[in-house]
Amino acid sequence: MRPFDYLRPDDVATAVRAVADDPDARFLAGGTNLVDHLKLGVARPGLLVDVRGLPLHDVEVADVGGGTVLRVGANVRNSDLAAHPVVRREFPAVARALVSAASAQIRHQATTGGNLLQRTRCVYFQDVSTPCNKREPGSGCSAVEGFARYNAVLGASPECVTVHPSDLAVALAAVDASVVTDGPAGERRLPVAELHRLPGDAPEKDTVLEHGELITAVELPASPVAQRSTYYKARDRASYAFALASVAAGLELDGDVVRDVRIVWGGVAHKPWRALRAEEALRGERFSEEAVLAAADAELEQAETSPGTAFKVPMVRGATALVLGRLAGGGR
Amino acid sequence: MPTVSFRVDGVDHTLDVDVRTTVLDLLRERLGNTAPKKGCDHGQCGSCTVLLDGRRHLTCLALAVSYDGAEVVTAAGLGEGHADGLHPVADAFLRNDAFQCGYCTPGQVCSAVGMLDELREGHPSHVTEDLDAEVDPDDDELRERMSGNLCRCGAYVGILAAVRECVASGGEA
Ligand SMILES: Cc1cc2nc3c(=O)[nH]c(=O)nc-3n(C[C@H](O)[C@H](O)[C@H](O)COP(=O)(O)OP(=O)(O)OC[C@H]3O[C@@H](n4cnc5c(N)ncnc54)[C@H](O)[C@@H]3O)c2cc1C
Ligand code: SF4
Ligand code: FES
Ligand code: FES
Repeated sequence: MRPFDYLRPDDVATAVRAVADDPDARFLAGGTNLVDHLKLGVARPGLLVDVRGLPLHDVEVADVGGGTVLRVGANVRNSDLAAHPVVRREFPAVARALVSAASAQIRHQATTGGNLLQRTRCVYFQDVSTPCNKREPGSGCSAVEGFARYNAVLGASPECVTVHPSDLAVALAAVDASVVTDGPAGERRLPVAELHRLPGDAPEKDTVLEHGELITAVELPASPVAQRSTYYKARDRASYAFALASVAAGLELDGDVVRDVRIVWGGVAHKPWRALRAEEALRGERFSEEAVLAAADAELEQAETSPGTAFKVPMVRGATALVLGRLAGGGR
Repeated sequence: MPTVSFRVDGVDHTLDVDVRTTVLDLLRERLGNTAPKKGCDHGQCGSCTVLLDGRRHLTCLALAVSYDGAEVVTAAGLGEGHADGLHPVADAFLRNDAFQCGYCTPGQVCSAVGMLDELREGHPSHVTEDLDAEVDPDDDELRERMSGNLCRCGAYVGILAAVRECVASGGEA
């Protein structure tokens, strides 16, 4: 591991400036992803700026423009967020996504900001002896013809075929959450669904954030689709494993007609995949399993698979029907 | 070299560390506390689990500089103040044959102690059916909640029995 300088500022402006001024600097939160990368040689920063001394530890209910918003500080731990009564009652998909991830120990350590910005688990990305465009731009992608089980089926590029590993990000996108950031250019707010990007020809960039831009909070607006939402994760073992495919969904019914719906898929793309075509196909329709499967098919027309990933298409299709069926039956 | 302070199993320590030192290496290599084990060193096995500021944590993914000032209780310190120096959870592991080689055991025991607290506080888990109701700590719940600790000897049947017994006795015995 390369030696580094370590700073632990107690105000946001100092933290932002310290990273923005030094191309070799990185933020550090719980460390459950970044410390692993230091050990593996995947990350070799010259300066770590610890954000855990910043006053970003609170969860508060705020009134914004007549609606209620749950504002979650970037340092709130994954375990505390999952156990929070408002999250459990008003945003069940978020609570379920959190408790489906990692282990209890890791959830006590992992933060909201760090979870969103964790990097891919692609085995080649984590192995510095193999080519990987995300780790070393221009070196090639070992996964295209390699181990494919965790590869994308939507929105990939020849340069990178990996997926984003966060469960939380998928659920936050389904409840229309926003991230609040503070950076060299000041504060901004953007939908979680627009935080991560598709790989295109720059897979080294996971998100749209600038260097030195700090996530300070995540905001979750209360809504009927958020309140009736849930999360389902398919994986290779029953616990302590990343998603092969996952579905976060929210449903608002008017009798048996779909008034509003959110469908976001995890484990299938370089970002949480909002299934906009599927949502569009369902809105205003009478709810039925056939309608859900047809809607999923409409979305999955864009899927591109390899022999190693073909299983994901029926998996995410079936999971979508399962999740929406559960929601329609009153489950969460 | 930065200076850090930790309270470990009731004793205060202040020492200079290389900035790259993990809490696990600090405990084992610098303080000679070999209760937490280095299994994978990458967050994947749970054998390095301790209670850090009262909650179960992995020490292999925690930099000492970043957790400066923390209070750590390892499996070696859990028995403090109990009869025969044995914490009730450790005792339940003994009586239920909850190990074979014992390598994962200190992590399992710390994890179980942390889990019992989480149950008391009503934390939901992945298998909790109703997020708003009180948790029913059945075997599925206990398996899920202990899933962050792997046992290569496969002593899971005994581990589950031990943990089940601790839950039944209110977690403290
Ligand atoms: C064995 C194992 C299994 C796991 N399984 C799952 C799983 O099933 N599902 C899942 O979703 N996750 C899983 N994880 C990943 C885990 O959720 C992440 O490691 C964790 O959420 C990262 O949070 P952290 O606070 O520790 O971040 P860190 O490791 O400290 O940081 C991660 C990244 O975020 C950046 N960062 C942190 N905070 C901020 C901020 N406020 N603003 C800007 N940048 C910031 C850092 O620079 C770094 O690049 C697993 C991890 C392990 C080790
Ligand atoms: S899929 Fe992406 S992360 Fe994996 S080897 Fe290819 S470029 Fe690297
Ligand atoms: S040694 Fe820490 S989890 Fe394996
Ligand atoms: S008892 Fe040997 S690893 Fe668990």
